[in-house]
Amino acid sequence: MNENDIVIRTEQLTKRFGSFTAVDHISFEVHRGEIFGFLGANGAGKTTAMRMLCGLSKPTSGKGLVAGFDIHKESEQVKRNIGYMSQKFSLYEDLKVWENIRLFAGIYGMKDKEIEEKTDALLQRLEFSEERETLVKRLPLGWKQKLAFSVSIFHEPKIVFLDEPTGGVDPATRRQFWELIYQAADRGITVFVTTHYMDEAEYCNRVSIMVDGRIDALDTPRNLKQQFQTDNMDEVFQQLARKAVRKAD
Amino acid sequence: MMNAIEVENITKSYGKGKIKALRGVSFNVQQGELFGIIGPDGAGKTTLFRLLTTLLLPDSGTATVDGLDVVKNYKAIRQRVGYMPGRFSLYQDLSVEENLDFFATVFQTTVKENYHLIEDIYKQIEPFKTRKAGALSGGMKQKLALCCALVHKPSVLFLDEPTTGVDPVSRKEFWEMLKRLKMQGITILVSTPYMDEATLCDRITLIQQGQLLQIDTPQQIINGYGQPLWAVHAKNMYRLLNDLRQHPQITSCFGFGDVHHITMKEDADKDKLLVDLAERGHEEVEMHPIEATIEDCYMKLAVSNNE
Repeated sequence: MNENDIVIRTEQLTKRFGSFTAVDHISFEVHRGEIFGFLGANGAGKTTAMRMLCGLSKPTSGKGLVAGFDIHKESEQVKRNIGYMSQKFSLYEDLKVWENIRLFAGIYGMKDKEIEEKTDALLQRLEFSEERETLVKRLPLGWKQKLAFSVSIFHEPKIVFLDEPTGGVDPATRRQFWELIYQAADRGITVFVTTHYMDEAEYCNRVSIMVDGRIDALDTPRNLKQQFQTDNMDEVFQQLARKAVRKAD
Repeated sequence: MMNAIEVENITKSYGKGKIKALRGVSFNVQQGELFGIIGPDGAGKTTLFRLLTTLLLPDSGTATVDGLDVVKNYKAIRQRVGYMPGRFSLYQDLSVEENLDFFATVFQTTVKENYHLIEDIYKQIEPFKTRKAGALSGGMKQKLALCCALVHKPSVLFLDEPTTGVDPVSRKEFWEMLKRLKMQGITILVSTPYMDEATLCDRITLIQQGQLLQIDTPQQIINGYGQPLWAVHAKNMYRLLNDLRQHPQITSCFGFGDVHHITMKEDADKDKLLVDLAERGHEEVEMHPIEATIEDCYMKLAVSNNE
């Protein structure tokens, strides 16, 4: 693997809150264009780890490089070179479709003319052109999620972080969403995704599973299923997560 | 056996008829049955729950719960049903205990009186009973909401997407709780967008655009798939998806994690397909026949209904 192809690297990354070790010496690498699944039960430390990788929280110890920048010393550059989307917060409900795109692209420092051109192209590609003036709150959930994802990679970041992006949508809508993820990865954007749904984990190139702040497993879904002698990721997850000592609360 | 729920040709629309949420829905749920409603966002699931819990009036059609009419006997129905809406419905600023007490009081009962019903579930959240509901994790909130929906000993339980956003371990525990409630004779109507949960129901119905597409046991629905199905894997799964979809011999192709599921025309030749894929530069191609799952059935129905 070429050194330039590594977009995330952590070494012994750790975060403590008082006496509680939320993230406990995790080391891993994610490659360019990879779809990397970041799994773990509630309270396993996923969100804390992800916040550090996004430059939103400083590690207690250990190192992390994201998009070539040090998450400790260069958190501002990290933020500028990533995209982020979560189910809980993605778009402004009271803004129109085009206004949301304009706002987020502006925050990432894109020029007006570029935003305008790319907006038209994006809406056409998503077959959303007729919804340009629609308030986001009037869109069905599946459309919102597709739009939110497209907005999160509108500025062509090297990596996009997706924090439980597809809760509550049906299989057909979920597939359309994953096809957008495939497309982005095919263009070379690295996709770092957390999810509670193990069938989604199977779409990832590799997955890691966190238990009590540690990464207890990291491999392709295929190899993990083989290793745990089962035919589905849910069983792999249950076997690992049930070993957890600490509880979500 | 008596039906706990009977729905006869119910319709409901919003915005002066512009949005047709339910277009003539009919089905029955037997007493003590665990019945699943499976469908996408906007299909009409929540509207159906609100009609049956007497929070909305139908435009036409009739429905009964426990033999009582949802329009004429709405007050009596409210005493007998438990409802857990999709959005977290508890008072965020009240503690776990206070929420439970509140719901018991509203139904003129006490937590003590029906404690046996909720004991199994409540024990798991009891260590946090003084914590505010808003500060609980997803799995804990869901357990509390279930306790609150059960505290007045309902005979029918309505659960609208109870496991959305909950981690896999808590989800599994939740379904085990439902099984135990079912054994105590409680009828459960539950909606979910997740196909692995659908297989845990006695019977399910698939709902789309306000219409029920099929009602049967999960196994019967799977048996009715009626077409050979193949799983295909290759090194570059995204390119494989596009190439399979454009192949003239292939009638459907959907991603299923690290394989794609395809159906082919009747006269299609598997070896010819493998040659074509190799010619398009695909590496590490594997293809083998598989049994359909509920999700395959859902995708097939969803697509044919949209065409």
